[in-house]
Amino acid sequence: MIPENVKKILYEGDKKIATRVAYGEKIAELGETNKDIVVLDCDLSKSTMTSIFAKKFPDRFFNFGIAEANMMSVAAGLAAMGKIPFASTFAVFASKRACDQVSISVAYPRLNVKICATHAGISIGEDGATHQAIEDVSIMRSIPNIVVISPADATETRKAIDKIVEYDGPCYLRLCRGSAPIIFNESYDFEIGRGVKLTEGDKATIVSAGFTTHIAFEAAKKLEEEGIEVDLINMASIKPIDEEMIVDSAKRTGLVITVEDHNIIGGLGSAVCEVLSSKYPTRVIRLGVKDKFGSSGSPEELISAYGFDCGSIIETVKSNI
Amino acid sequence: MDEVRKKELTEMAKKLRIDILEMLCEAGSGHSGGSLSMADVFSYLYFSGILNVDPKNPDKKDRDRVVLSKGHACPVWYAALAEKGYFDKSHLKKLRKYGSILQGHPDMRKTPGVDMTTGSLGQGLSCAVGMAIGAKLDNLGCKIFAIVGDGECNEGQIWEAAMAAAHYKLDNLIAIVDKNGLQIDGFTKDVMNTEPLAEKWRAFGWEVIEIDGHNFDQIDSAIGRAIETKGKPVCIIAHTTKGKGVYFMENVCDWHGKAPSKEEKEKALASLCGEGAE
Ligand SMILES: Cc1ncc(C[n+]2csc(CCOP(=O)(O)OP(=O)(O)O)c2C)c(N)n1
Ligand SMILES: [Mg+2]
Repeated sequence: MIPENVKKILYEGDKKIATRVAYGEKIAELGETNKDIVVLDCDLSKSTMTSIFAKKFPDRFFNFGIAEANMMSVAAGLAAMGKIPFASTFAVFASKRACDQVSISVAYPRLNVKICATHAGISIGEDGATHQAIEDVSIMRSIPNIVVISPADATETRKAIDKIVEYDGPCYLRLCRGSAPIIFNESYDFEIGRGVKLTEGDKATIVSAGFTTHIAFEAAKKLEEEGIEVDLINMASIKPIDEEMIVDSAKRTGLVITVEDHNIIGGLGSAVCEVLSSKYPTRVIRLGVKDKFGSSGSPEELISAYGFDCGSIIETVKSNI
Repeated sequence: MDEVRKKELTEMAKKLRIDILEMLCEAGSGHSGGSLSMADVFSYLYFSGILNVDPKNPDKKDRDRVVLSKGHACPVWYAALAEKGYFDKSHLKKLRKYGSILQGHPDMRKTPGVDMTTGSLGQGLSCAVGMAIGAKLDNLGCKIFAIVGDGECNEGQIWEAAMAAAHYKLDNLIAIVDKNGLQIDGFTKDVMNTEPLAEKWRAFGWEVIEIDGHNFDQIDSAIGRAIETKGKPVCIIAHTTKGKGVYFMENVCDWHGKAPSKEEKEKALASLCGEGAE
């Protein structure tokens, strides 16, 4: 069931937009008023959509070529000078090629760098395993001082960017390549450390973040048609995570299913398990990439082949309640 | 450079070397060789008046920045900062101890005067590039100094940063390469040859000045020239002796990551006063 207060924040319409596009547009807009914002990229500005900012503010856009390690440390240097650097590249490169730089140059000194990585997850499709970040949340989450946000749609992306600009410290924003349906309208308020419940029910809890939320939402609605009502929590703020919301829901439903376009090791599913194992031990089933590399294929094909499409979510709920 | 100033800087370099030996001995671990090789450069940087810094106001916005990209050599930096008055000299005795403001590698959040956190080699020069861009964006008119190891030049990231600094014409950035010819596993030429080093920096678009890194006249004129240079970053390759000043540490690979025992320290202090060398 969709609660009344949630209905008010839901978008009505069928527009689809990729979170990376919302990101590119949003920082280009913020650049007008916030002169401290500088944007860095590694020869991917047309894909990360930082090209919009680059065109508008060429003096505050810096391309570092195909050199991600350098870009990440340069961002730290800029932050040390009081700038608010947005450093963008694909999630595979931000998390793995520049991992040490993220840790030592950015996170350890708590520098105000916003790492905005696009093309996360297997849902990028055809480029295949080399370009599919399935470990980025795991890596970023285990580095102290970093806030990790995985927005579900364009609205949440824009709202999250407002909040990470307000917040003084390192953030990792996980963005997706593919267009996804808009879920929230402008009256939605994003808070770091807060989840939002999209549907309510006591048969099971589904926790999702990022690209999978619209899929889980669809699953929850279909389940409701069959009389199975579930809690669906959109947990964009993976770190810090909304412990209270997870625990309260688990107490009512007794069964938690996590859904993420990421390895089931180290990502949202693990984060939920960490909370529940110490606060309220509950059975958790993790849907996502089951510890294997991605592959080429269309996003839809891959999502169903890897077992976190709408049908798989429904099936998992039904066979476990 | 006039003789009086040169004498003062020489005296200060000796003080820094004494501080380094004392603090490393007290800590029981740390990097002797690469700290001693930079004592003259740090004496010059902090006590010639070339740096626009104020120990009473370590965060002032338009200050010159120093980044010790070869972060393991932080004892020489801590010594210089203490002598300059950034913090009380008593802290030097707590180097590497739990709760100390003086961490095993530079930590900008714990130590006044430390402008960037480093320790993973290769990153500091990139950070300095970011600072130089930031300084230009705000027209701060300040200079950014990055101290880089010659072994550190094995790191690909150094060359990524070198490329970017020239690309963005960062003439407010001065890299000083401590060319002491040694790294951990041996001589740089044997472990991973970086020669011809000056040509490499030049080819990356930098102005290159080669000096004797223990000669104050040469340090002075190189830094003077570097500040005058317009349109590109400057790399000063400082030829140095690792372990400089302590005869039994000089050019000895083993003294890279080792602290002197009490007896060794006494011998080393005597060596600084010209005793013991054959
Ligand atoms: C990325 C990285 N790899 C390895 C080390 C370990 N390490 C510390 S010092 C050092 C040798 C450095 O040699 P050089 O840059 O020539 O320094 P110096 O001779 O001036 O001490 C190494 C390999 C490190 N700190 N960072
Ligand atoms: Mg060396």
